[in-house]
Order: sequence, then structure tokens, then C-alpha cells
Amino acid sequence: MSNMVNLTINGIAVSVEENKTILEAAKHLHIKIPTLCYHKDLCVAGNCRVCVVEQVGNHKLVASCATPVAEGMEINTNTLKVRNCRKHIIELLLTEHREECTKCYRNGHCELQALSAEYQITNQDFIDLVPDKNYTVDRLSPAIEKDDSKCIRCQRCVRTCAEIQSVGAIAVAHKGSEMKISTFFDRSLDEVVCTNCGQCIVHCPTGALTEKSYVEKVWDALADPDTHVIVQTAPAVRVGLGEELGLGLGTRVTGKMVSALKRLGFDSVLDTNFTADLTIMEEGTELLTRLKRALVDDDPDVALPMATSCSPGWVKYIEHKYPEYLPNLSTCKSPQQMFGALAKTYYAKNVNVVPENIVSVSIMPCTAKKFEANRPEMKDSGYKDVDFVLTTRELAVMIKQAGIEFEKLNDETFDSIMGVGSGAGAIFGATGGVMEAALRTAYEIVTGREVPFDNLEIIPVRGLEGVKETTVKIEGTVEEWNFLEGAELKCAITNGLENAHKLLEAIKRGDKFYHFIEIMACPGGCLGGGGQPFPVDNEIRLQRMNALYEEDRNLPIRKSHENPEIVQIYKEFLDEPLSHKSHKLLHTSYVKREQY
Amino acid sequence: MTTTATKKQLHRIDLIFNNDDDCKEILRNALSRSDQEIVNEMVNSGLKGRGGAGFPTGLKWKLTAESKEKEKYVICNADEGEPGTFKDREILTRVPHKVLSGMAMCAKIIGAQKGYIYLRGEYKFLVPDLKKELRKFHDILDELGLDFRVEIFLGSGAYICGEESALIESMEGKRGEPRNKPPFPSVNGFKGKPTVVNNVETLAHSYTILKFGAKKFRDLGVKDSRGSKVFSVSGDTPIPGIYELELGMTVQDFVDDFGDGDCKAVQVGGASGFLVPRKRFGKTTIGYEGKLTGISLPTGGSMMIFNSSRSMYNVLNNYLEFFEEESCGQCTPCRVGCQQLLKGIKAVKRGEKPTSYLDQLLKLTETMKLTAKCGLGQSVANSFSSIVENFREEMIY
Repeated sequence: MSNMVNLTINGIAVSVEENKTILEAAKHLHIKIPTLCYHKDLCVAGNCRVCVVEQVGNHKLVASCATPVAEGMEINTNTLKVRNCRKHIIELLLTEHREECTKCYRNGHCELQALSAEYQITNQDFIDLVPDKNYTVDRLSPAIEKDDSKCIRCQRCVRTCAEIQSVGAIAVAHKGSEMKISTFFDRSLDEVVCTNCGQCIVHCPTGALTEKSYVEKVWDALADPDTHVIVQTAPAVRVGLGEELGLGLGTRVTGKMVSALKRLGFDSVLDTNFTADLTIMEEGTELLTRLKRALVDDDPDVALPMATSCSPGWVKYIEHKYPEYLPNLSTCKSPQQMFGALAKTYYAKNVNVVPENIVSVSIMPCTAKKFEANRPEMKDSGYKDVDFVLTTRELAVMIKQAGIEFEKLNDETFDSIMGVGSGAGAIFGATGGVMEAALRTAYEIVTGREVPFDNLEIIPVRGLEGVKETTVKIEGTVEEWNFLEGAELKCAITNGLENAHKLLEAIKRGDKFYHFIEIMACPGGCLGGGGQPFPVDNEIRLQRMNALYEEDRNLPIRKSHENPEIVQIYKEFLDEPLSHKSHKLLHTSYVKREQY
Repeated sequence: MTTTATKKQLHRIDLIFNNDDDCKEILRNALSRSDQEIVNEMVNSGLKGRGGAGFPTGLKWKLTAESKEKEKYVICNADEGEPGTFKDREILTRVPHKVLSGMAMCAKIIGAQKGYIYLRGEYKFLVPDLKKELRKFHDILDELGLDFRVEIFLGSGAYICGEESALIESMEGKRGEPRNKPPFPSVNGFKGKPTVVNNVETLAHSYTILKFGAKKFRDLGVKDSRGSKVFSVSGDTPIPGIYELELGMTVQDFVDDFGDGDCKAVQVGGASGFLVPRKRFGKTTIGYEGKLTGISLPTGGSMMIFNSSRSMYNVLNNYLEFFEEESCGQCTPCRVGCQQLLKGIKAVKRGEKPTSYLDQLLKLTETMKLTAKCGLGQSVANSFSSIVENFREEMIY
């Protein structure tokens, strides 16, 4: 227990730990101090100055987010001096900001807008600086748009990209009035090291960083009588969507979401959880095959650890930053892209629709999925496998536009085929979920028994911790896999690319050895993805995570290999995991990319 | 240089630039004394930071010495970027050994093995001579058995890097932006280690104090503003240049000595300092804040003299253009405030904004002083408020 410090805020005494800031101490007293550059996920910048407060005895105001508490401190958060200064600062920010709130993507979700309303900034006396600014808008990336005219230079995106993601695609350039958030040589986000993870978007307080929206394209497709529009929904969407539509944090809305999608007019509402299960079959088999080659065949070319490849942000990260480890990446496509490839082949044949008439839409908690769908190689069905990717937020927009009273909807179930998912598929949305799902299946294949964990819940791989490790001892193998008898399968799980960076460095140095690593680009995994509702912090991530595990517990099938539609697709179409056909449709290759 | 004999001449001090090169003796002598003794000497001298902010030097050394960390640093701030200041260049050219001796003494007291001279990028031409001087100095340190080495680090031309925490960020290879304080560099400085950052002149003065003792230094100047100071005199003066003068003089005394007889105003402390109009010459002293009569203005040494031919609007416009570009840009009040002030005076001049807009901008300068993140941001509005308050009509017509 650290030392406690006594201070007063607005005359009320409070005692907090000595390393806390004034802002944190004020929270104890339920006193809200406005902030913009501050974010719980990030280091303190103290640059917007909106959170200034008065400290008795100090003529100058202090930034409450950056000032540690001290014994006997007397703080006032609501004096005339403080209020006038705050108003000035908001007014100043607005003069650099292109004010087109009604036309802005973040209208209603903008922290600057909210603060401006709170402080009743009705008249703007200062000079509008925007006309002289030569602001640029970068719309070239298929995933993320950057509009400098909306930027308030709080650097939340910069800190996110550097600290959480260890990417550094965006940084501060120039100084004074020219100071801006920029990229390597001011190139488009499409041409730099950006992984499209979208964490910058969920950490941006304004509309400076947004996803590229495909809502209108999807409306067009839905309105076209000649197309057969199908939709797949990722696991994490069903535990985030409710937040955008008036339901509480961590509400599971799977049934309502399906119902809403049907009302929107999709011809078939299907589930990415199905291909998550398929991923387990393919990736699990790939892992076991690699282990066999390493242990039995003594093949020196086997790349271990094998790394998961479901997170397109992670895939692009490794392509840029650790191309030497590309052979370690599972060749499996992500569930989204497996779904896409099957939609225009297996599904088309089954429902008897011409593949070229199918428009394949996916709802993802992710912005990198937009990039992934646009990767040139993702055309194994002979067509663009996934036509449009919408984020959770974009789906919420469509539901609102359609006038659907979401919270009143009855639960409906996914269509078939490709609409059944197991609990293992559902937990793909949480960090550790792919690992847990893979272990549930692989362990059973190898030993013929269920994983030795109560109720199939592999607790060591769960939770928000950045790097998690677990070792599974394999005993009592069935004959086919008896070369694994007694083996200890070493696994690691990371979320947030900074942790991936740490893990890869440890592997590179030889400090760590693993057989299998699960890596998710976003903190918390997909449930904390760049396409999820605003705002986000660890408390919110945890609620979504709990909801996903609840989803798993409530599903009748909890193991991928027991999913009847999985059994069916191997029987009718793919033959077996890693078959010729599955190689063609479900596996992919990667490219080395530049470091900047 | 010559001065007009008819004028009252301020007492020229010759402590900094006299060419006594006995640093070996002085360091040897200092090494024989206890750290505590020397720190006390520094504290008693009343020496305050000569970069302009005026933090007591002895106290800075003392605070850094108190830290238990093993790794510490001494940094000489030679990023002399304040418009109208050019005395550090002169000191480093003529008496670099005094600066180095000051660094070595500070290193001994705080327990640092490594020192850096953060040299303004535009002063690159000083590097060959400084390196020569460093080799000589390192030999002396070896002879005396003092484990300390000094390296030169070249800045890249940003004004803000003269602010000590931005300077440290820049040395760490990061963007030169001021840090949040606390913690101060004495606790968390270069590479996160306790660090003393002293101005060139401050370090040179510490040599003087070591040589002659605190008393001789204290005898110069006035209460709260002890010792002498090197001034960079420019503008409308027949005798521009570098002068070492006693602190505590009035601006009137200064103008009598250095003005051209038609002096309208003096900008004390460079672009981030204050403009003193003629009517306040007698009431304003040059020194640090303290209990003097009238106003006391600190300065890094820049004294810009303006005669009646000068437009104060142009002067202010010039300063604001400088700040609009040289603000690091991270904090709102400084980045946007500077732009608003610059655009604002132009708009008033052109009649696009009413003259009352100047009062609104004055209120804004108050916010900038109260809320900016660093010393630069807090002081950029000084010239604005002092010029607009005293020469309002020149802003309008």
C-alpha cells in the first residue's frame, strides 16, 4: 500500500494514493473535470490544457491530468478564472477546426462538440484559422480516412499508434501553426506502415480519423433486385452493437442483430462464427502437421511457433515489421475471408444462386478487415470474395436509418447454410479465444478426450493481460498422434501490437520458445477492435469480454469440430482439412512490405 | 568600443571575459573542498539562472545532488535562440574553459560522469574550437583525477529546445517538446536520470564564484538580483555589442548609457520579454522578481533599443511571426493563441476587427500566461500585452 495524500478539491477533503493525479483524485469525489488529450489507455500528454484547475498558492493554473497530488494541496475546479480559461481554450481549438458538425461522421460522438455544447460556445469571436490552413484529407486507404481539418492535435492517435500498437505510422510533424499529425513523408495512410487496425479512430476525440464508410454501397446493393445480398457477422459485433443502439455495456444482442439484418433486407443472414470454427479445423490441423514435421520428420524448415492469422492488422504488421517471421504465420485465411471464398462457391451452389450475383457483406468490429477484403489475392472464388466490410458502428447507422427500434426486436436465428457457429467460434472475439478454441479441438483430436478444464473453460488464456502464456501437457494420445505423447505444448497469447512486438523480440533473442502463438492486433482482441463503438477503455473491453464468454456458455455446441455445418462442409465440399480444395479456397500467402 | 563621454556610464564588470586561464588551479582547489562547502558557496552567492528564468543555481545543484541515483548528467544549455541574444556565443568563443570548469564542478557535486553542451545548430562553426578546448580540458580532468567527460550535441534549430525539458527530449532523439512538470530534470532529466541544465553564462559565473568566492559576487547587484550579467545590446544604439553590467540598474540608466538619445522603448528579455516604454524607464529595474521599487524585469540578457522611428506595430508583428512559427505546437493556448494574436493585430490594423478586439486579445494573453504548458507558452504573450497596453494607438493607426 502506498502512502496516502490528503488534499481538498472545491473545499471537499479527499485522501488518495500519492502517485495519483488531481484528475484522478477529483473522480473520487465525483467531480468531473473535462479532458480532451487524456485517455485512460494512454500516457499523459497534458497538451490540450482543457483540464486546467486552480491550485491555491500557484498563480498559474495546472493541468489536472498531468499534475500529481501533494499533501495539503487545495484545488478549485470551478472558479471564474478556470471557467474563463477553459472557454478560451475550447474557442481556440474551434478556430483551427473545420466546423461542419452536421456533415461530420462523428456528429453526436465528438468530444469537442460535446465540450463546446457543455460550455455553451455560441459566439465565435476569434478569427477562423481554417481558410488559411491548406488542410488535407486523405481518403486513399480502403480502411481509414484522415481529415486534418478536424484534428485538434491532442496526439491521442500518435500515442495509440506508438504505445499500444508499436507501429508509429502517424507522428507529429512541423511546429507552431504548421504542426500536424502526419505520416512518413506525408504519404497516404495507404502507402505507409499503417496496419489499418483503427485504434487511432477509437482513440480520436473528433472526426479527424474515421473509417472509410461503405454504408451507401450496401444500401445500393440491398436495393438492387438482381443481387443476392448475404451478410456475415463477426463474433465481437454481437457484444458491442448494443452500445450504439441504446443498450447497456456488455449486452448480448445476437438475436436482435439477426432480426435487424433481416429487416434491412439481406437475403441471407449468416455467421462468421461458422468460418471461425472452420479456421480451427484448418489451423489446428496445420499446427499438428507442423508439429509432426518438426518432431517426427525432423524437418528443419518447419517454422515454429506457428502464429494465428485471423487478425488482418497483425498480418500487415508482421509483413512490415517482421517479414522474416512470415513463414511462421498460419497460411489460413481469416474467418472473414474463408467465408467470402465459400460464399461464392459452396454457398452459391447450395442455394443455387449465380456467384456473380452475390454481394457478400461482412459486419466486423474491425477496420483492417476493410483492407483485408481489398487485398488483391482475396479472389479465390473467382470473384472478389468479400465485397463490402462494415464496422459495428456502420451497421448501427444502417439500423437507425431504417427506423428499426432495435431494443424492441425479437430474437431471430441465423439462416443456413453457414449460419451455425459453436461457442468456440464465438470466443474468437476475445483475446485468447482462438487459442482456447484451438485447444478444445486439437486436444480432443490428439487424445480423444476433452481439454482438462472445467466446463471447457481454459481460464489461463483469458483476460486483458498483454502477454499470456500457457503450457498444455499432452498425455494419453490416440495412436495416430502418439508421437506427441508427453509433449508440452507451449503457447502464448498477446493483444495489442506492442505486446506482439515484445513477444517477437523475446522469441528472436531466444529468451522464449513456443509452439503456438495467438496474436490479436487490438487491445482485448476483436472486441476492442477499431470498428467497435466509442468510447473504449479496459472496463468496457472487460464487459464485452464477459458477454462473449457468456455467449459461449449458452451455446449448445462449444467445440468447432462438433459444429454440424462443419461436419457437413467437409463431407460435401472440402473433403478434409488441408485438402486440395481447402488449400485453394481457405489458405493464402503473404508479402514482405516496407518498414516505413 | 567607444562611448560618448557626456553620458553617465554604467560600471562595466570584467569577470566573465577577463582572460584568466587558471581553471586547473581553481578546480584543484575546489576538489580539495567538500561538496557541501561548494554547494553552500553557490547558494550564498545568490546566483540565479542566466538563461532568463532565474532559478537559483545553487539550489538546482543541491536538489540534483540529493538524488540517490548513480547515473546523472550535466547539460550546458547553449541553444541560444532568444531573438536579440548573442552573449552565449561570445562566452563560448572567448572563455569556453570557464564554462567547462563550471560543468566539471557541478558534475563533481551532483555525481555525474557525463556532460553535454547542447549547442544551437546555427553555432556549428564553434565546434572545431570547442573540440580543441575539450581535449585540453579533458587532459586537465585526467590530471586532477576527475572522472568526467563532456560531449557536444548539436541542436537542429528549434527555438523551443532552449526550454530545458524540450532540450532533453531532443537529446533523447525525440521531438523537441516540453515535458509536464513536475517531475523536474533534477529528478527526471536526460534518459530519465537526475540532470542539471544550466545556461552557458550561469556556468561561467559559477567559475567566477569558485575563484573569487561568493562574497565578491554578492557584492555586485542588488537584493534578490546578485552579481553581474552579460547583456546583448542591439537595436537603435551607437554601441551595440556584449556588455557585462551589474544587475539592478534602471532602464533609464541603461538607456542613458546605450541609447541614441531618441529612445522610445526597450524590449527587455527578447521576444518573450517585456517592452518598457519611456515613461517607465525610471521605475523599471533589470533583475529578478523581488522586493525592489517598481517593476523588476528578468532577462536572458537581450536588450533591444527602439527609437522614435520604429513602428511598435511592426515590432510586435515581427515577434508574433516568430512565435507563430516557433511554438512547438503541442499545447492549445500557445499554438493557437500565437496565431490568433498575429492574425488579430493584422485584422485590427486593416479595420476588419474593431479596436475593442485588442481588449479581447489581451484577455486571451491572460489565458495563455495561465494555462500554457511551458515557460515559452506562458511568456509569448508578454510582448503582446506590454506593447498593446503602451502603444495602443500604433496598433490601430
